[in-house]
Amino acid sequence: MRVYRQRIRSVQATKKITRAMELIAASRVVKARQAVERSTPYAVSLTRAISALATYSNVEHVLTTEREKPRRVAVVILTSDRGLAGSYSVNAIKKSQELIEHLSGAGLEPVPFLVGRKAVSYYKFRRREYAQEWSGFTDSPTFEAAKEIGDRLTEEFMKGSEEGGVDEVHIVYTLFRNMVTQEPRVVRLLPLEVVEGELDEEAGGNDLLPLYEFEPSAEQVLDALLPKYITARIFNALLQSAASELAARQRAMKSATDNAEELIKKYTRLANQARQAEITQEISEIVGGASALADAG
Amino acid sequence: MSSMQVDVVAADRKVWEGEANSVYARTVEGELGILPQHTPLLSVLADGAEVRIDPTNGERQALTVSGGFISVDHNRVTVVADQIESGSAS
Repeated sequence: MRVYRQRIRSVQATKKITRAMELIAASRVVKARQAVERSTPYAVSLTRAISALATYSNVEHVLTTEREKPRRVAVVILTSDRGLAGSYSVNAIKKSQELIEHLSGAGLEPVPFLVGRKAVSYYKFRRREYAQEWSGFTDSPTFEAAKEIGDRLTEEFMKGSEEGGVDEVHIVYTLFRNMVTQEPRVVRLLPLEVVEGELDEEAGGNDLLPLYEFEPSAEQVLDALLPKYITARIFNALLQSAASELAARQRAMKSATDNAEELIKKYTRLANQARQAEITQEISEIVGGASALADAG
Repeated sequence: MSSMQVDVVAADRKVWEGEANSVYARTVEGELGILPQHTPLLSVLADGAEVRIDPTNGERQALTVSGGFISVDHNRVTVVADQIESGSAS
């Protein structure tokens, strides 16, 4: 019986912790979603400007041209720093494995770049090689972090595979659809495809893009804008992933709390049963003892 | 006097929006003043450039932007930058 009591107490303590984590995740998920929304105007303005450039100037840029024979491909994997988020990190890693297998199958050499401690430990545990890791910010990413990643990737891409860089950059992140659905996604970041469809609805894509004057020149404006565009997309991916991570954590913690409640119920029943059995045994012992005395007397 | 819509957008938030009579900014080419009905323009701003906005009502806004650009179309000015520091100096 004492054992059951102990268990109940420990489960209750665990429940308190998971409950607290659930609530924290719930409040932070709201913040993370707001961050996604706040970064949208920036992304929309950039996309508009770049589509304008793409439409009205026939400028070929290094970052937008496909390499003829890609050999090395960077794969950026966005996961969380901390666990306790259900299958969040596992899903992202699984998706990245699919992509890596697909790429290797096509005769390309994947070069992993990892974001988040979970991916890093996954690779370390399996003694796999990776190019670089970033961690420590996955649940509230900053623009600086996105910039750092973007600059590094752009640099690798500019080098090209002959000099140890890469020819393509793919990014695996988790898209936040809503509180219940988050799906891991693969997007090719470089060479850039200027996607007009994606943000068009939000940008009010119906009105025609005006004929811009570019200052100093279309090439230079493009030079300045494309790296920003890359950073903005990484930032968006980071924010989406952060929101997904928190939502996944909230759900994981909710089911942990529910589970703890079940366990408490079960153990209370068992404890009650044990107590009743003890009482019954005691009574029958007393009765037995009394009747033995009566028989003797 | 006519006015135009101005949006100032940083990487992680919207900094300012509203109606304005004029916008001044320093681009890589030099000082640029934008009045309503300006021709569509897309220009790269100088690093650490100051952007001044004269709103139709309210105080004049002065912002310091780094890594940004400005776009003008349909009587709408958008200032986009990685980092924006605002100080509403007069």
